[in-house]
Amino acid sequence: MKETYTPLKFKENALRFIQDEKRRANLNKAIYHTLSKRTEVVSELPDWEILRQRAHDIRKEAIENIWHYIEIFEKKASENGIKVIYASDAIEARNQVLEIAKRINAKLCVKSKSMVSEEIGLREFLEENGIETVETDLGEFIVQLAGEMPSHITAPAMHKSRDEIGKLFNEKLGVEFTSVPEELTKIARGFLRDKFLNADIGISGANFLVAETGSIVIVENEGNAGLSTTLPKIHIAIAGIEKIIPRLSDLTVFFKVLGRSATAQRFTSYVSIINSPRRKKPDSPEEIYLILLDNGRSQMLKSEKLKEALYCIKCGACMLACPVYQTVGGHSYGWVYPGPIGSILASAQLGLEKATPLPFASSLCGKCHEICPVKIEIHHTLVWLRHQAVELKKTSRMEKLLFKLWLSAMKDARIYKAGAKLLRFLKKIGIKPSLKAWSRTREFPQIAEKSFREIWEKELKN
Amino acid sequence: MKVALFIPCYIDQLFPEVGVATVKILRRFDVKIDYPLEQTCCGQPAFNTGYWLEAKTLAEKFLKIFSNYDYIVSPSGSCTSMVRIFYPEILKNKNIEEITAKFFELTEFLTKVLQVDSTGAEFNHSVAYHDSCHALRELGIKESPRTLLKNVKKIKLLEIEESDRCCGFGGTFAVKFPEISTEMAKSKVDNIIKTGAEFVTSTDSSCLMHIGGYMSKNGVKVKTIHIAQILANF
Repeated sequence: MKETYTPLKFKENALRFIQDEKRRANLNKAIYHTLSKRTEVVSELPDWEILRQRAHDIRKEAIENIWHYIEIFEKKASENGIKVIYASDAIEARNQVLEIAKRINAKLCVKSKSMVSEEIGLREFLEENGIETVETDLGEFIVQLAGEMPSHITAPAMHKSRDEIGKLFNEKLGVEFTSVPEELTKIARGFLRDKFLNADIGISGANFLVAETGSIVIVENEGNAGLSTTLPKIHIAIAGIEKIIPRLSDLTVFFKVLGRSATAQRFTSYVSIINSPRRKKPDSPEEIYLILLDNGRSQMLKSEKLKEALYCIKCGACMLACPVYQTVGGHSYGWVYPGPIGSILASAQLGLEKATPLPFASSLCGKCHEICPVKIEIHHTLVWLRHQAVELKKTSRMEKLLFKLWLSAMKDARIYKAGAKLLRFLKKIGIKPSLKAWSRTREFPQIAEKSFREIWEKELKN
Repeated sequence: MKVALFIPCYIDQLFPEVGVATVKILRRFDVKIDYPLEQTCCGQPAFNTGYWLEAKTLAEKFLKIFSNYDYIVSPSGSCTSMVRIFYPEILKNKNIEEITAKFFELTEFLTKVLQVDSTGAEFNHSVAYHDSCHALRELGIKESPRTLLKNVKKIKLLEIEESDRCCGFGGTFAVKFPEISTEMAKSKVDNIIKTGAEFVTSTDSSCLMHIGGYMSKNGVKVKTIHIAQILANF
């Protein structure tokens, strides 16, 4: 699956998904459910727009001063006994984890949900190195069993129906088929409990890193992150450098917007604010490591346009709201972060060389920006990326030529008029130039008998 | 008040009746209109496809033509957003926003500048209103067209479920990703059919061209009509 998992295959992936009616129905049912609930829990807050602006301002403050806040964070966290490690890319980050695992001769890792770990391919890497690594978030557990990638960043298995999950459990875990959600959860829990108790290492992501206190903050709904970060002797958290926020009190804003945007919840079921390894009571890990991952992010900081994408708190609302995502599903994008924000992140992190179809795969309708809890101008940045793609000659020569021709007509009203005259002549003798890509599924209107400008000059002017 | 009319290139060539209706409405309110003949395209197709240099050439030409008017009015939310929102992105001229701020989409010009909420039109049909993405989300035009339509005599105005959902046009997106674009048109049209309306209208002929193109290919009997044509029916 991984080899074919590239944005370059967007178009063919999308076509396949469009034709898979069952899968689309599953996805759209889940999306519809979440979005309508979101509307409900958002409308309860009359100051939603003020909250969004506040969330935007805090993220801006954090990203504009990122190294300053990371320095404070590192100092605080280290004082509290958390070992902070900086990794400049995926390879470094993976090796850091492996090194720790090898040192204690780890055999089993439990993992709670972390998109950054998907970004660096951590689970596969650890398994290749002989360390069993188990996803403990129910959705991630399902996609791991199925050998797939998550199709959404907060609801990784949203493309699957309960029946499919029932069949998967029956096949892979050898349990009797059921499609009752409670039963399925019970099965996963039974399987995972044993893993939690025997794991040598717990790996997690982080939703926020609080500079002021040096805390790692994780929000979740299943309690699996709580277990992953407290039961094993070692906890390794991996976070992108952009996860930094200045103050503990900022969380009050983010908790309100994140739960509502990601899962249409007023508040997530669990929040862990992790400050240090165990001190006296044996109820937390002996050691905590935090790997701060760069992987292209500091390059993004150098661009005024791309920097804003680092405000993202990974709620996934822009994916749900995007009519293109709704039509093609998350897997079509071929990148860990799908949908509108994912198209920016892929272009920035993989380079336009490997991501060029994505900025163009949008009707620029602006729904992504409208729903974004931190007000990222996603749709405008996508247009800017198109411009970069043109500058880097990543679009076809034919297209470039057509725009040159088009420009020479539009630059001069006389040529423009002559062009229109030619089209009218062609129509008269029965030739209608048509564009197959349009006209296969949609009629194209005929050129009018007279243009507006002719009517103006002859009939309307005076 | 010196008012210039900007008629988008595709309206000029494909839907001139929309331009004629616009003139009729503005003249009803004694607006003296000028239509500079050197105008062509605002440059949006190039801009949205990433050809910013080409777009910039047209933006400069555009401003030269229109900078001496008090207002520029256009029956298109999309072209208006190109000028008002995106010109400042590609042109770094000083005071550019002083000029672009004078650019209005027709219904917002009527309600906000002329402060009228009725054109005195009559339209004895059921009509569903489709929000154009650019009008709604770039310019915040939501109430102006609805207010004007509500005050049209004998009209039965209907809301489309998810009326703010994109019709899938998106300029060159519609031909770069025809299958995705068509699926989006299908979702839109399904919701339009549900209203039972005879007509679907919008501030933008580009959306209507896409919706209408899909409908006629698929034998859907709902007709498209630009909002100016309804408002000019007096």
